Amino acid sequence: MSPTDAGTEAAVGLRDVSMAFGGRTVLDSVSLDIAPGTVVALLGANGAGKSTLIKILSGVHRDHGGEVRVAGQAVSLNSPSAARRLGIQTVHQRIGEGIVPGLTVAENLVFEELAQKRGNPFINGRATLARAREIQASLGLGWSDAVLKRDVTELGISDRQLLILVRALATRPRLLVLDEPTSALSAAEAERLFTLVGRMREDGIAVLYVSHRLGEIDALADRLVVLRDGHLTEDQVRPFDWDAALRAMLAQTQETTTARPVREGAQGEVALSLRGVRLFAGRKPLDLDLRTGEVTGIVGLLGAGKTELARGLFGAEPFATGAAELDGRPYAPRRPSDAIRAGVHLVPEDRHADALVPGWSLAQNISLPFLKALSRGGLVNRSREDALGRDTIDALGVVTRDEHSTVEQLSGGNQQKVVVGRWLAETPRVLILDEPFRGVDIGARRDIGRRARALAADGSAVLVLSADVDEVLEIADRVVVLAAGEIHLDAYGDEAERDRVIRTIAVSV
Amino acid sequence: MTTTHSTEVPAKAAIPPAASTAVRVQNAVIKYGFIFVTVVLFLYFALSEGSFRESATLLDTLRYVSVAAILGLGVTFTMAVGGMDMSVGAVAGLGVSVAAQSMVVHNQVGAVAILAVLAAGALAGLLNALLIVVLKIPDMLATLGTMFVIQGGKLILVDGQSITPGMTMSDGSTAPGRFTDGFLRIDRGTVLGIPVSVLIFGGLTVVAWVFLARTRWGRVLYAIGANPEASRLAGIRVGAYRALAYVISGVLASVGGLILASRIGQGDVSAGTSQLLEAVAVALVGTSVLGRGRPNVWGTALGAVLIGIITTGLTIKGLPYYTQDVVEGAVLILALVFSFTLSKRRTS
Repeated sequence: MSPTDAGTEAAVGLRDVSMAFGGRTVLDSVSLDIAPGTVVALLGANGAGKSTLIKILSGVHRDHGGEVRVAGQAVSLNSPSAARRLGIQTVHQRIGEGIVPGLTVAENLVFEELAQKRGNPFINGRATLARAREIQASLGLGWSDAVLKRDVTELGISDRQLLILVRALATRPRLLVLDEPTSALSAAEAERLFTLVGRMREDGIAVLYVSHRLGEIDALADRLVVLRDGHLTEDQVRPFDWDAALRAMLAQTQETTTARPVREGAQGEVALSLRGVRLFAGRKPLDLDLRTGEVTGIVGLLGAGKTELARGLFGAEPFATGAAELDGRPYAPRRPSDAIRAGVHLVPEDRHADALVPGWSLAQNISLPFLKALSRGGLVNRSREDALGRDTIDALGVVTRDEHSTVEQLSGGNQQKVVVGRWLAETPRVLILDEPFRGVDIGARRDIGRRARALAADGSAVLVLSADVDEVLEIADRVVVLAAGEIHLDAYGDEAERDRVIRTIAVSV
Repeated sequence: MTTTHSTEVPAKAAIPPAASTAVRVQNAVIKYGFIFVTVVLFLYFALSEGSFRESATLLDTLRYVSVAAILGLGVTFTMAVGGMDMSVGAVAGLGVSVAAQSMVVHNQVGAVAILAVLAAGALAGLLNALLIVVLKIPDMLATLGTMFVIQGGKLILVDGQSITPGMTMSDGSTAPGRFTDGFLRIDRGTVLGIPVSVLIFGGLTVVAWVFLARTRWGRVLYAIGANPEASRLAGIRVGAYRALAYVISGVLASVGGLILASRIGQGDVSAGTSQLLEAVAVALVGTSVLGRGRPNVWGTALGAVLIGIITTGLTIKGLPYYTQDVVEGAVLILALVFSFTLSKRRTS
């Protein structure tokens, strides 16, 4: 089949699509055909232009160059509803944007029909429920009427994501764009999503799948394209050449992301020890020692108790039971300021909600926890503050114009570097990183990982919590598997090989 | 930095976008539009009305706005922590009554009256803090509640009457005291030709600016307003700082009450009520000055001056007093368009 043939057959095609913001080219003449019934994975570092491409397809950015074709016809995607009408559905990374709290699950499922319904202006509860039942049955959700009648806010985060996905599918789209769909899902939940994506492919729906997780792409995609600096630089079909794909994505040659063997722990002294801490009521209490000079990685699925553990150690939500000691002295922080003063620092899971101050400069965001040290008589010494900002930018390789840029001007990975870097102003005794690599490209992940390892080498105890086994294996000396608030594996070196860790997680569920 | 090396793609994001002329003009309008309007209005009134040019008129204008401006500074503190204080007018009114009660009924000197008024303002702020921080009532509703409670409580305190020197008290005797001369000088006196109330306004503006913009405490207040959870996880005692903002607001409102009491010269029970909307308007107008889109001290002060210029100018032009509210309301709405509609467009 010649390339021109592919054009007429494509569900959705892009021809020389370009986009610039204020003179800066973000997408440069991108052409891509997505055939029906194929899953095309889109890879790219943060800032490569993925979000812009998605926004063009979903009708958010109108003033782009080139053209978009749907079923061979040039179309104008001048609003999100126009895109939907033409059969392009987008599921965004932020789940909160898609659901309407206060409405039931059923009402949310049929929300688009409700919102556009002509004729009867009254909401008919029975008809809504019937339609919702139909949708859930056709996609095999297995949600009972009781679930459908619940308020949508009672659903967990993964079920909400599923709901949004199903709602998009209910409109029988030509093209479904999935933007980091698994970023909030545990492995089992992601599996459910993959099954759905597989079914979409059989139904002839074209899927554009944007993800940082190479494992998912390997399992799911028929074809893989790489975007770098606004250009499509790589286009492969199965079997994928990962080396070439990663090279295309990261400019310079990188070793692949296979986990390096976990090395024998340095066996430093115990910095922080927990005794009899119960993360969930009715679960066995947990003992854990964190040693200086090593990175401890805790792996666990969503709901394993990782965030509870992190927040408890940091005093954000103190443990209900058990005791902790820091360097041999009792340690019971009642609020984060207690923990910070004791040298226990936390990089929280959600950088937007829990760490960044919107509209503030990098320097101001970095200095926030240690303003007192930067002030004299209450007055903030701004040249010292700026110097601290510059140091952090250097130490973590933050890509930015300078320390006065606002955090919004940074890509996600660089924002994460800022959030991590702010805690390194004072060398922490214990640094806790909760899902530090979420939505972060490989380059930023390496920079952060390297800094965390350097910190451990300098004598801190570092704790990394993640749902991603490979991330943990990449950074940690010691791997702890957590499930439902209990420890199932605690191993160094060869004992913590990938298969064993995964098997432990699998049997502990 | 030699050991680490960023593997991230050399981001074009680091290059500042070359703004088009249209964008630059729009940004300039957002940033300096308000100051420009103030200057133009000022020149217009000054050139067309001889009496507007007299320094007495200008100082009177500033004297007139000083109360709303100081109350507005208090509102600015509460807006910085993401809240709002609807009780400032009532607290100022309470200050008027407490001042009269101290001096006229209890025959105290001015200094005692001043301390009593400031203490009453701090207490009102603590009450707001209790409702908002401890009992978790939304700020707008909590301060609306305290507004009514303070207004009503004040009436009970003074038996529902305005306190005037020489009045007959409930036990039949004559009130022993009067407003002391020193106290009356707060609004009526001048230093080097400048009214004391204007000096207080100027001084408090500078102090408030240093506090909010230059100290770590001010930085923390803004952090709480922008992202309370991130502030808590950065080790900030969010509750304590929010309480502080309301106490500062209460104290500033009582300073406004001192000026009002000195201006009226008696314990007028209705004093302060009309100041609330002006104070809130001034603080909201202030968010649009310099295009910050967030509460700031210079904005509030400038907003007060602008409203003063408009009301004085229009009064000299012969516009009836009852049109003032419409004019002030229009200014407020225009300012809100600046700070919400236009600045949003700029960032998108």
